[in-house]
Amino acid sequence: MRTVMTAVLCRFRVRANNSVPVLFALAAIFAVMVLASPRSAHAFSDEELRNVTEQLNHKSSTKKVEAIEAMAADGDPRVAPILNAMLEGNLFVRASDEHVVIGEKKGKVWNHIDVVSGEVVGESGSKELDKIKINNRLRGALRDALAALNLFSQDIGIRTAAVEQVMDARDPSMLPLLIRAIEREEDATLLARMELARATMALAAGETTEERLTAIEVLASETTPQIRAVLSQFVASAEAEGYQPEVVAAAKDALAEVEGRLSMWQTLGDVYRGISLGSVLLLAAVGLAITFGVMGVINMAHGEMIMIGAYTTFVVQQIFSSVIPSGSPWSLVIAVPAAFVVAGLVGIVIERCVIRFLYGRPLETLLATWGVSLVLQQAIRSLFGATNQQVTAPDFMSGALELSSGLVLTYNRLWIILFSLIVVGGIAIVLRYTAFGLQMRAVTQNRRMAGSVGIRTGYVDALTFGLGSGIAGIAGVALSQISNVSPNLGQAYIIDSFMVVVFGGVGNLWGTVLGAFSLGIVNKFLEPVAGAVLAKIFVLIALILFIQKRPKGLFALKGRAVEA
Amino acid sequence: MTDYRTKYQMTPVIGWLLRDRGGMILLAILIAASILIPVGNLLVPEGSAFHVPTWMMSLLGKYLCYALLALSVDLIWGFCGILSLGHGAFFALGGYAMGMYLMRQIGDRGVYGNPELPDFMVFLNWTELPWYWYGFDMFWFAIVMAMFVPGLLALVFGFLAFRSRVTGVYLSIITQAMTYALLLAFFRNDMGFGGNNGLTDFKDLLGFSLQADGTRAALFIASCVMLGICYVVARCITNSRLGKVLIAIRDAEARVRFTGYRVEYYKLFVFTVSAVMAGIAGSLYVPQVGIINPGEFAPALSIEIVIWVAVGGRGTLYGAVLGAFIVNYAKTFFTGVMPDFWLFFLGGLFIAVTLFLPKGVIGAVPAFGAPDRQSAFSTLRKRFLNGRANEGGKA
Repeated sequence: MRTVMTAVLCRFRVRANNSVPVLFALAAIFAVMVLASPRSAHAFSDEELRNVTEQLNHKSSTKKVEAIEAMAADGDPRVAPILNAMLEGNLFVRASDEHVVIGEKKGKVWNHIDVVSGEVVGESGSKELDKIKINNRLRGALRDALAALNLFSQDIGIRTAAVEQVMDARDPSMLPLLIRAIEREEDATLLARMELARATMALAAGETTEERLTAIEVLASETTPQIRAVLSQFVASAEAEGYQPEVVAAAKDALAEVEGRLSMWQTLGDVYRGISLGSVLLLAAVGLAITFGVMGVINMAHGEMIMIGAYTTFVVQQIFSSVIPSGSPWSLVIAVPAAFVVAGLVGIVIERCVIRFLYGRPLETLLATWGVSLVLQQAIRSLFGATNQQVTAPDFMSGALELSSGLVLTYNRLWIILFSLIVVGGIAIVLRYTAFGLQMRAVTQNRRMAGSVGIRTGYVDALTFGLGSGIAGIAGVALSQISNVSPNLGQAYIIDSFMVVVFGGVGNLWGTVLGAFSLGIVNKFLEPVAGAVLAKIFVLIALILFIQKRPKGLFALKGRAVEA
Repeated sequence: MTDYRTKYQMTPVIGWLLRDRGGMILLAILIAASILIPVGNLLVPEGSAFHVPTWMMSLLGKYLCYALLALSVDLIWGFCGILSLGHGAFFALGGYAMGMYLMRQIGDRGVYGNPELPDFMVFLNWTELPWYWYGFDMFWFAIVMAMFVPGLLALVFGFLAFRSRVTGVYLSIITQAMTYALLLAFFRNDMGFGGNNGLTDFKDLLGFSLQADGTRAALFIASCVMLGICYVVARCITNSRLGKVLIAIRDAEARVRFTGYRVEYYKLFVFTVSAVMAGIAGSLYVPQVGIINPGEFAPALSIEIVIWVAVGGRGTLYGAVLGAFIVNYAKTFFTGVMPDFWLFFLGGLFIAVTLFLPKGVIGAVPAFGAPDRQSAFSTLRKRFLNGRANEGGKA
């Protein structure tokens, strides 16, 4: 760059005093060159570039490859178009003067583009041009060279991709280029990746023990499956080729270290995913823990309460986006109480119209509520159609928190975990500290005694069922963020919810919490081993067997309540 | 005033049946149908008012299979209080056993023309038949398996569940989990049962084409006969002394246990018999509809079976058959005429029957009113504890 600039400036000085238009033209060229100038100055002079390009027309493939590597190793930005043209078969030798030019087809004629200046220097028919032939070996060399050249791109995205590609290729011949790129790199994150790539290559290419040890040290600090592969490959080859014992030992230590950290992240990731699934199960089941667990009502329409909650979210969002479009991210905040009220009211209606006639007849309750669930499903299908409805996530719920390559926490899952804990905490407070909670527990424990001290038991029944349904509605708000809002939404959760409540033990809120999280975690730990479907089947079978052992769940009620 | 034991042992099965008015009517209808409908289909010329079209015969055959399934559920729910929400699983397993035989019968007429492997296995690049497909080229083996596999599953599952006294709603929920687990398992291609698509494209049964009217008539007759036989078996069980114990278990399980009966063995026996019946129903169903897929394992279908029984009248056996016909005819009618209305109707049926017709349609007819539930235990107690014959002779 500096040479060209000096040349331009010299010419400018020579001609400046006699020609204003030329001055302008040169100023324009200068401006273009400054604007288009790559962030790194190239090292080739025009002459060198022309010479090395002529080498591409050498008869021997080996010489061609050498030329390509020489061009790539330089990092000159003018090289990339030439190599690209060669790869695409657009690099020609002009018959008239044996110059190498890039051909560009314009209709029936070919424009000749000069490799050094990049300007059109002539045109001709196709007969005038002789294509430089390439074979597979050359193609490979060209691709690698182009990848390496991307290390000097102005776009940080392209540079990042190039570093990854270089690291994957692990070709020692790219090491000098990479070192030059490291010298020029300013971005700290990318620089770290580049150092890692250098260590990866140095491990393979390094000659001395020190070089290898430094490389191993750098690699040991990183935690990705990729590095694990590099190290284990090196350990194998080091043992086979008999490197110094300390190198082998260091490499083994580093490998163990990386593997230990990887498996720790893997375990943490599984636990997190398990907790995430558990919180979804908990949300779906916690309403059931009240209707089934506390009241003893088998509510097969529980899933439909969740569905109603999800549809309420959808409707609230629609209203928001049509009335106050700017406030639509906050529609979820409104949707939570709305879903509670809508689902709770539906629940109270069901309790008053159907369930209260069936107390003490659990099997009949099961059938009747199943009927209710079918009616609700069809009603929603008739109202909204059978297709999925789109519920958009607000900004604060999208995105993810990346702790390491093994553990990415998405915000919507984090919110759902938090939300489920808030909901359970809220229910616990209502049951424990409010007058309604006290009455509810009294009716559950001894209906007649509760009635005789003046509690309206029927009223409490209806409100309890409404509470359970309303909480299912709230769960629907959360689930609308992670699953399809369709009339079948509830069906997907009903069996899981029952499993959680039965596993945790009927009539025990904490049992439900523990049941949900342990089912979620067990499921996620089995998944990598057995696959998602088999894991689910195993969990179901394990539950069936568990119920044999403890028919009343983890935390069984003891004493008289058992037979009641 | 003879001793009730000798009296009971001498009472012939015929006697029970003659006193079972609803059962006699059912058997008469079955015999009549098994003669008249195939005759109407095969011998009466088309265009005649008495001609029975083949589709209608197949539809009725399908209903008969459902009726047998409902009968099996009524046997355990109506007489022993076991509400199984997973009976569809036994039905589907029987169906798969028959489907595997029919798949092997296709031979090299499949799309890929492989004489050994069914099409879906060729499609999945399998090279040999999985071991559990061996023997299914023989009809008798498939029939035995259609009864044995559901029976075995019921035996193992029931043993585990009843031994640890899982009862009532808990049992219902875990039976539902069982069929759900099987649903997920059969959806997997690796299982070797055709995955999502199940088994289909059947060609012939015992060498007779499944499309021929004659074969369809024979299947219809077989369904009538099997329903009749299973009805008689179920009636014999419920009218026997064992049946009395079952009814007592239904009404007061703990008291029966304290009286000295091993409740779990009684339940296990009837649960297994019921599963075998469901398996038979499934094996008759598959050749008539021409397909079996994992959808049959869906928990929703299993719950639907229960409503057939509830609509007809629980604890009567013939009521279950009637209920299966009523609900399935309604389903055919509504899904054809106004499909959107079907789930409203079915859901409403669940609610209405449990609220207003606890004894089902049969219970609404005074002549067929179901026996008083409370009397069963007291009858048993009088007879077995005091060792005296019951004066009333209610059975």
